[in-house]
Amino acid sequence: MNDRVRTLRQESLDAVPSISLERAQIVTNAYKKYYGKVSIPVLRALVFKELMENKTICINEGELIVGERGPEPKATPTYPELCCHTVADFDVIDKRQKVFFRVSEEAKDIQRNEIIPYWKDKSMRDLMFDQMTQEWHDCYESGIFTEFMEQRAPGHTVCGDKIYRKGFIGFKEDIENQIAALDFVNDMDAYNKQEELRAMSICADAIISFGLRHAEKALELAMKENNPKRREELKQIADVCNNVPANAPGSFHEALQMYWFVHLGVITELNTWDAYCPGRLDQHLYPFYKKGIEDGTLTPEKAEELLQCFWVKFNNQPAPPKVGITLQESGTYTDFANINSGGLKADGSDGVNDVTYMVLDVIDEMRLLQPSSNIQLSKKNPDRFLKRACRIIRKGWGQPSVFNADSVVEELVRQGKSVEDARNGGTSGCVEAGAFGKEAYILTGYFNLVKVLEITLNNGIDPRTGKKIGLETGDPREFESYDELMDAYKKQLHHFIEIKIRGNNVIEKLYADLMPAPFLSILTDDCIKNGKDYNAGGARYNTNYIQGVGIGTLTDSFSAIKKHVFDDKSFTMSELLDALKANYEGREAMRQLLMNNTPKYGNDDDYADEIMKELFDAYYSEVNGRRTVKGGNYRINMLPTTCHVYFGSVTGATPDGRRSGQPQSEGISPVQGADMYGPTAVIKSAGKMDHIRTGGTLLNLKFTPDLLKDDEGIDKLSQLVRSYFKLDGHHIQFNVVSADTLRRAQKNPEQYKDLIVRVAGYSDYFCDLTEALQEEIITRTEHKSL
Amino acid sequence: MIFNIQRYSIHDGPGIRTTVFFKGCPLSCIWCHNPESQSFGPELMVYARRCIGCGKCTEACAHNAISDRSKCISCGSCAEVCHAKARELAGKKMSVREVIAQIEKDSIFYDESGGGVTFSGGEPLSQPEFLLELMKQCKKREFHTAVDTSGYGAAETIEAISRYTDLFLYDLKLLDDDKHIKYTGVSNKLILENLKLISRQGKKIFIRIPLIPGINDDEENIRAAAEVIRSTAGIEQVNVLPYHNIAADKYARLGKHGSLKDITVPSDEYMEHIAEKFFDYGIKVKIGG
Repeated sequence: MNDRVRTLRQESLDAVPSISLERAQIVTNAYKKYYGKVSIPVLRALVFKELMENKTICINEGELIVGERGPEPKATPTYPELCCHTVADFDVIDKRQKVFFRVSEEAKDIQRNEIIPYWKDKSMRDLMFDQMTQEWHDCYESGIFTEFMEQRAPGHTVCGDKIYRKGFIGFKEDIENQIAALDFVNDMDAYNKQEELRAMSICADAIISFGLRHAEKALELAMKENNPKRREELKQIADVCNNVPANAPGSFHEALQMYWFVHLGVITELNTWDAYCPGRLDQHLYPFYKKGIEDGTLTPEKAEELLQCFWVKFNNQPAPPKVGITLQESGTYTDFANINSGGLKADGSDGVNDVTYMVLDVIDEMRLLQPSSNIQLSKKNPDRFLKRACRIIRKGWGQPSVFNADSVVEELVRQGKSVEDARNGGTSGCVEAGAFGKEAYILTGYFNLVKVLEITLNNGIDPRTGKKIGLETGDPREFESYDELMDAYKKQLHHFIEIKIRGNNVIEKLYADLMPAPFLSILTDDCIKNGKDYNAGGARYNTNYIQGVGIGTLTDSFSAIKKHVFDDKSFTMSELLDALKANYEGREAMRQLLMNNTPKYGNDDDYADEIMKELFDAYYSEVNGRRTVKGGNYRINMLPTTCHVYFGSVTGATPDGRRSGQPQSEGISPVQGADMYGPTAVIKSAGKMDHIRTGGTLLNLKFTPDLLKDDEGIDKLSQLVRSYFKLDGHHIQFNVVSADTLRRAQKNPEQYKDLIVRVAGYSDYFCDLTEALQEEIITRTEHKSL
Repeated sequence: MIFNIQRYSIHDGPGIRTTVFFKGCPLSCIWCHNPESQSFGPELMVYARRCIGCGKCTEACAHNAISDRSKCISCGSCAEVCHAKARELAGKKMSVREVIAQIEKDSIFYDESGGGVTFSGGEPLSQPEFLLELMKQCKKREFHTAVDTSGYGAAETIEAISRYTDLFLYDLKLLDDDKHIKYTGVSNKLILENLKLISRQGKKIFIRIPLIPGINDDEENIRAAAEVIRSTAGIEQVNVLPYHNIAADKYARLGKHGSLKDITVPSDEYMEHIAEKFFDYGIKVKIGG
């Protein structure tokens, strides 16, 4: 990287996350001005307009791609209409050791005097919690499930390719045409559509003026600039911002700037989960790259520099501060923009191109937490592509992760997408499959599968709180067979899923009615055509997910009961339950037997893997296909972010020998340390799950660096990946760092500030992780080979 | 008698492989890094750190051998009751079918990587009928097969298995016979003859030389090895395997003493230097498996 990029990168790394109340003030004033006078969609559009026209414009020294969400890098806004922090929250956010944001006294005053008085009891969080039933609250507090929308808005979507072909002047024309064509006589929904479309139109104007304000600012800086080279750059930035986002981009530089304005628009409009994401960046940029190289206006070096500047912009925007359970399920600055490389083109041919390799080089050189990156590997992609990625993976900071493009397409087609839309899709967030630019695929919350077993073993009672939150499915001491236990578990599962879904249906409706996202709706097909908001079902495809957590721990627990209580009769259910209650105190021999002599998931042992399949099927059947408020369907995926640690902390001792409070297994990975036969056995076990019936699974393998030190190691890593994908595996990621290194980092964090590890679908600084998560990562099996 | 089946074995032949370790070896190399492979019978391994002190082993042992290891007859009754797996029996009688079932599990990885099965040990040639049957079954399934051998076995055995063998991983430890006898317990005459035999049968061979500083890294041994290698048809490459001392723990678990104490693990640079020598003789050489 050159000096410019090195400086920008370092400045981004050094910037201290802080809270900025600029957005909160603009939003609050806009609500005071417009609330009650206009329809809700138009209100939200006017809020967006005020933001785009009034927020501070920031152009940092030396940068080529411009625009910040806050007034400066890592100055992070709050979203009081979603979650209105108390001043005490601010104190916690400011003072906590990990994932902190500095909060000034002035900000606390503003919060106290301006923001809280307006938003108290009115934020989505307040409205939502108020609407939930007592049993929902009991389950939430017990840790049966989490709720994604309690602090952040639905998002979970990715930008498609249309912004590279059309500017916002064009989108506005489309919107106006739709308004003109509304049939108020026969279409009973015409008024609602008109309001939504008017809102989109206002947002299109707003983002155009946001671009123009950057052009003005760049010119202003150019006039003051003494360095002639920089002066020219600033003038060029002004030209770019005068053209995009109003018009379609005409160059590589403009294409990147176009996306960046769109990105800022989405994450300023609302605090969308997973921020937003350019998705298939190599596919989108390639036509601009090719044209630039051919007509001599672009060189590969220039293109790479622009991409690197683009990368820095993501790193400048940490995920907005989280509190409470949301912090525990997703304790990270990472905001999950996850750039896809490779994969297939819409016609089904190999999508790897020159920009793909350039993006991989940028990932390698920049080594930033954000944006996250992955490769979409199809059987049609060349091995060279996979090997290039493996060479980066070998460096041990967890990027890029590897997805099976062919499985992703099959998963999406199974859900009812057209094959072209599926091929233009990919994965986002951690591992979620989606039809980019055309789908709202909302993650609604993590679901604690292991806790459901715990409740089953306690006949409906949560032993941690003593509350009865489940059904009375019988005292397990009386169960005469394993099948009886399984039946009881399935009944409890049904009970808790229904509670979760009942809550979801209310929350989804609240968002549809009160918190539309007209700007995001412009970007997502077919919201304009349908005259319907993204949050109300306007997208071509609408999917809700509930993410299953702990399948490894759950499987091993069932396996332990099956083997030791029912098959071998090593001890009675009563003895086991007593041991669990005692957290295995004084029963270490029993715990060792459960840990060491139980067939476990991750060892390619059908005894355990068949149990996994049954439990997976039970979860799938319970969730898949249910209708959503937006008119779409529920699907499942299997990923945890950091929730397996939180869920572990609220779950007592389990029959697999796990002690109370310990983390659960993560994603679809085996229980940490339970896999005894190396990576092929793990892959075989994981491959027995039917990935095609999910919208994403997460498998984490940890390798020691010496296993990958030479070209042969790279070959074998590639072959391992290809083999897993033959089994339809959805995703695999690697941590390549020795346990010794991690131990040293724990002891001397200041010397390992830059140590990045793979957590779960994303990478994070090791030293920023909680101690529990650090331990968990260390104990994940380190695969060695003889 | 098998003591281990290692999946994702990536240093014993091409691709991703499963290595089947036969128990029992006619040699007793003083640097042996698999001491549990030497005896032809099962042996008790004790992992002291795993012990939770439950005392079940003491109850189970009929020979009073828990406190006095010298009385142990490796019957395994303590291992059966040890929930913590602090006591395990190395060595298990397995049927051909059982072993093949394990091998078959990773066939998808062999297909993808050009890998297969490696029979190692111990000394696989020491269990000739079992080896032959396993190899026949592997070939029925189109698996690539490699035999990792000291070469110390009957010529008939080699003749019998070689039609089912795609690759021999063949040890060449010491060329001086006196030294060979001193450090491995047997003469190298048979080994050198068998190497010629395999070569005559047109088989593909990788020579493996465990490099033990002070024992076989002298100029003379390298020169002599290089001569044999250059004059033997079918040898495609030489792997020089650096001595490592990870076996120290294993010796302790077996209640044995390794007889090598003062050998230092050769550095990467030193291994490069040795490889260079073979290279100078015009031999394709690789450090490690």
